[in-house]
Amino acid sequence: MRRTTYIQAINEALREEMARDENVFLIGEDIGHYGGLFRVTRNLLDEFGEKRVLDTPISEQAFMGMALGAATVGMRPVVELMYMDFTLVAADQIFNQIAKYHYMTGGLLKIPVVIRGQQGGGKHYGSQHSQSVDSLYAHFPGIRVVAPATPYDAKGLLKTAIRDDNPVAFLEHKMLYFTRGEAPPPDEEHLVPIGKADVKRAGSDVTIATFSYCLYQALEAAETLEEQHGISCEVVDLRTVEPLDTETVWESVAKTGRLLAVHESYANCGVGAELVARAYEEAPYLLRAPARRLGMAPVSIPVSRVLEAEVLPWKEEIVATVLEMERR
Amino acid sequence: MKPVENEPNVEISGKSAAAPNSEAEAETVESAVSASISTEVLPSDSATELDVPALPTEMLLEMYRKALAIRLMERALLAAAEEGQIGGAMHTAIGHEANAVGAANALRKGDYVTCTYRGHHHGLAWGMDPGRAIAEVMGRSDGFAKGKGGSMHFVSPENGMMGANGIVAAQVPHAAGLALASHLRGEDTVAITFFGDGALFQGVMHETFNMAAKWKLPLIFYCENNRYSEMTPIWRTSSIEDIFLFPRAYGMETMQIDGNDVEVVHAAVSKAAERARCGAGPTFIEGITYRLAGHMAGDLETYRPAEEVEKQEAYEPLTVLRQKLTARGVDEASIAVIDEEVDEMIEDAVDFAEESPWPDAAETYRDVYV
Repeated sequence: MRRTTYIQAINEALREEMARDENVFLIGEDIGHYGGLFRVTRNLLDEFGEKRVLDTPISEQAFMGMALGAATVGMRPVVELMYMDFTLVAADQIFNQIAKYHYMTGGLLKIPVVIRGQQGGGKHYGSQHSQSVDSLYAHFPGIRVVAPATPYDAKGLLKTAIRDDNPVAFLEHKMLYFTRGEAPPPDEEHLVPIGKADVKRAGSDVTIATFSYCLYQALEAAETLEEQHGISCEVVDLRTVEPLDTETVWESVAKTGRLLAVHESYANCGVGAELVARAYEEAPYLLRAPARRLGMAPVSIPVSRVLEAEVLPWKEEIVATVLEMERR
Repeated sequence: MKPVENEPNVEISGKSAAAPNSEAEAETVESAVSASISTEVLPSDSATELDVPALPTEMLLEMYRKALAIRLMERALLAAAEEGQIGGAMHTAIGHEANAVGAANALRKGDYVTCTYRGHHHGLAWGMDPGRAIAEVMGRSDGFAKGKGGSMHFVSPENGMMGANGIVAAQVPHAAGLALASHLRGEDTVAITFFGDGALFQGVMHETFNMAAKWKLPLIFYCENNRYSEMTPIWRTSSIEDIFLFPRAYGMETMQIDGNDVEVVHAAVSKAAERARCGAGPTFIEGITYRLAGHMAGDLETYRPAEEVEKQEAYEPLTVLRQKLTARGVDEASIAVIDEEVDEMIEDAVDFAEESPWPDAAETYRDVYV
């Protein structure tokens, strides 16, 4: 299989879906003429024109609300938030409107909007440009939340998200953009289902359930744990945060008896807390040691690379936590 | 809306008028303030430039029927709320009817409307069934949204009614999105969005003004200026006297009109729609109107004197319509027949709603996702 970057995979998914369905259009800041701050939408304006790739003013609330309006009559807007932190600027339109509209109208209207953009730390952008919003989105019913880690999954999940009749938050990660991986050839019908986890590394001692960039941190941690401590980790890439594919996770925990959930959004009230709680509610008999979660420390994300590294739940912390779990 | 005589920060008993400490004090403040609220109905500005053709008597009769249905449904809903049949926040549009009826009659099938939570009148004006509407407000299974949306979320896609909204001004970008869809698809449909004067101070309103004007979207911004943002008179909150000056700053065409006269509203919306359809972009219409009932069911209405409301009763949409009909030679008896028919229709609608079963508990979990 050929290899592409994560950015290329997303760009291809957008291009293919726009070519397939004329109701698909892109709307956001600097996405057209500039090609997107991270160049994710480059060349799409040239190919599809100004009626399909709309450069907006810096008005997140308005263009998010416009996406809803257009979606009610069958358009399929893909909204780019330059940083997913700006979710909070458009929060009314996202959580009060887009997530609830299908329900509040008793199912009369569908809102097939995709909200995509990059989140996460690692590039020293500080408190308002490094947050991970997966747990926040997952808190609200009515909106699907996907956070793929590989080019293969990103392309397949974005194509699925655009075709889904539900609103979908498609969360990219700034550390993933230039990573490379296998991807099917352009224009191939490649769809990855929403709500299906994927075991990225098989193992027998501990299950690490994670997603987005933390997947790579978990895989590196698993490597270290295997080589230096003889601990075999199974790494489950959740890929979708809402709905959570607990079935795949429980299958893994049935083998390992240990569960560690890892993500970059806050540990407090986060996706990991949810997964661990569900493990105790739904499958406590599988656990041979207390299930654990790792997430962002409860502070705003600092700029200094030294301080930022301190708050991110990356490889070293994963290794340390697994070792603690193994001692029990 | 021209509070020139009094300054908003009038001092009473050494305290700011904005923060009365007791009910008695509040009353003093209110009566002091009320004199400053102009209750004049007929505005000026571009209304003078607006050509208002006389509508056919048949159309006026239909509009009267519709406006009366709205009025009677609202009264029935207030009565039901008093009986405890309706919970939550319910905002009636008594006094606002002409804005909805005049506009709906000026637009075509295929056009879209979104509106604020004070939206029952738009629902009925755009063809929604009063029985299902009342059932929805009561939370019954025959409600148009099966009891999940309620009073603040009137919706009927088949009639182009794409949703009322519980958040002030949130529906405005939705209409811009509908207009954008028309624009992108090369259709000649237009969207109209209704909001109150209070919505002018939400950021998303200004964001949408800018984008709609910049992109020349086929959109009509219709402000039902009843001069109160919920319980606060607009002069207390607005930095300028004439709110149509806000959209003007975005290069938009504006009209300030008499929102109590269906013919004026019809003419203004027709003109705005014509501009929108030929690609000339959005228009802002400020319909000066008055809310004759409280902001919501249960509103104590301590912020305005009874005399102000009484004064407005003399020039409210139904009175204006009856005068027009009489002037056209429609006799009292014919009007009385309509009154009786509409009254009966709304009574039937209330009966339908009251007899509608409560939704099945399983309904709670449907429609979260498609």
